[in-house]
Amino acid sequence: MNSNSAISIQNLVKSFPVGGDFFIALKDLNIQLLKKEFMGLVGPSGSGKTTLLNIIGGLDAPTSGKVSVMGKHLDNTSHSERAKLRRKHMGFIFQSYNLLPVYSVYENIELPLILNKVDPNKREKKVKEAIEWVGLSHRVNSRPAMLSGGECQRTAIARAIVHQPALILADEPTANLDAENSHQIMKIMLQLNNELDTSFVFATHDEKIMSYLSRIIHLEDGKIIKDEKIK
Amino acid sequence: MLLKIGIKNLLGAGLRTWLNVFVTSVSFFMIIFMSALYDGMREHAKQVSIDTEIAGGAYWHPNYDPMDPMTFEDAHSKPPSEINKLIDDNEAFPVLVSQASIYPNGRMMPVIMRGIEPNQELINLPTKVLNTQNNSYIPVLIGRGMAKYTNLKEGDTFMLRWLDANKTYDANDGVIVHIMDTENFKIDMGQIWLPIKHLQQMLNMPKEVTYVTYKKKIPLVDNYEDWVPKDVKYLIRDMEAIIEADEPNAVVMYITLLILAAIGIFNSQVLSIFRRRKEIGTFMALGMTRTKVVSLFTLEGGLNAFLAMLMTIIIFGPVFWYFGIYGIPLPIDYSDMGLIIAKSLIPVYSIGLFISTAIIIAGTVLIVSYLPSRKISKMKPTDALRGKITV
Repeated sequence: MNSNSAISIQNLVKSFPVGGDFFIALKDLNIQLLKKEFMGLVGPSGSGKTTLLNIIGGLDAPTSGKVSVMGKHLDNTSHSERAKLRRKHMGFIFQSYNLLPVYSVYENIELPLILNKVDPNKREKKVKEAIEWVGLSHRVNSRPAMLSGGECQRTAIARAIVHQPALILADEPTANLDAENSHQIMKIMLQLNNELDTSFVFATHDEKIMSYLSRIIHLEDGKIIKDEKIK
Repeated sequence: MLLKIGIKNLLGAGLRTWLNVFVTSVSFFMIIFMSALYDGMREHAKQVSIDTEIAGGAYWHPNYDPMDPMTFEDAHSKPPSEINKLIDDNEAFPVLVSQASIYPNGRMMPVIMRGIEPNQELINLPTKVLNTQNNSYIPVLIGRGMAKYTNLKEGDTFMLRWLDANKTYDANDGVIVHIMDTENFKIDMGQIWLPIKHLQQMLNMPKEVTYVTYKKKIPLVDNYEDWVPKDVKYLIRDMEAIIEADEPNAVVMYITLLILAAIGIFNSQVLSIFRRRKEIGTFMALGMTRTKVVSLFTLEGGLNAFLAMLMTIIIFGPVFWYFGIYGIPLPIDYSDMGLIIAKSLIPVYSIGLFISTAIIIAGTVLIVSYLPSRKISKMKPTDALRGKITV
């Protein structure tokens, strides 16, 4: 595996039991993602984007094949080792934000730092930095229910980047947003990609964000039909 | 870390948390209050017996058996000298017991006559009313229950018939000089109280007594001869036996209340896990291990119990205090039913009751919080994130 590689996937197969049979969601995938890449997994619903993202994030296990993330082989690691990998080196952004409803913007963003046992003084500094990156300084004490969709997603981004992970996995991050908010969100992520050297993997079928990606892997029926690098 | 997140989750949930805490707190209150009421009832029964009948204990004539009135005939003599000295020093008082019949309003009724020293101050009986210089009638003190049963009022006269030491039947008029209010049915129902000297004359048993009740907290005399010392523990053994027989009822009540509290918490925990599936998925995605998520939910249950304890102290503390002072008045008099129950039930709280209840409830809450939380450990993070449960 290349030392500059963030993700290495070899002969990945994922199948799910459906009735008495198996549905094959991912078929023999091979992908190498370099550090600092800004890559999109693009395809229609059911093409396997989210499944692939979940496997990369260690939230789901492959049926066969090898997956390495940040140099760690996921196929022979325990639940807690995968949890540690996510906690230390990954950030997640979800289509429906998945913000904790009883926490304020500040507390939602602070959560990964608490999980990583970051010292309270450093924590405050990092949360404030993340809030500034996403432009939510005026909303720190608001709860998610009081925020617009764009503000929720910016909070989710701040939560994903606050501990400066090496890899961010974003599942349809703009699906619930209007065009203006989608562009803003993508600009923020692109800026973070440049400033923090964070690798990004998006699962999306949103045409609006394609132009921001440096690499697009097209998936259809669980297979890679095209891997295009964009300059 | 978990504590901080747990506190945030609990306090952040606002009204939902406080409702759960309130319900648990009500259970806390009910368990403590009902147990204290029960303890109060039992303690009261014991205390009334000690205050109105037992004092520090008694020396019995060797033939005396209070459960067998036939023994009364032979259960009398002059007490041993050391016991007599106690009487002279006002550290004890004598009682002479005998059977008799009374004829109130033309009816015949068997009673137990108890001759008591009118000036005694060791038990809480209004015996001073028996002090009279008039020897033409027998002054009699009875309880409210006996008065009701015999239809006698203060000042009423009735015929009294007894067998004296010479096996001769005698009779004279008795006058009710006072009707006492007492919660102790054992000194009320079927009992009439007379001045001991009067009774000794009537029975032709000068200076003879059946038992001698002594003051609280004094040691036994060295030489009580063949008389039998009976301490408080022995004299309240019937009460203890009733309490012991009643113990399963108390346990059932305690367990029932505990189960109610546990079901409430279990229910809220199960609901919480179903409602918070996405949150659980998010915690897992952010890198929290399953064990930690289970611990977090269990801890939240434990914190719920802790807040409930605080709420119990703040909200129900004054209620505990109020009833601890003023009690709960009972609508009926239970002494007619042969029960020593106060007219006002006063709960008796003890540190032990508070601590044991807190420990038992906290333990129960932790268990019922943990059981539904275990479902989390079987949950797939991907399903949890989508708000699905696959267990």
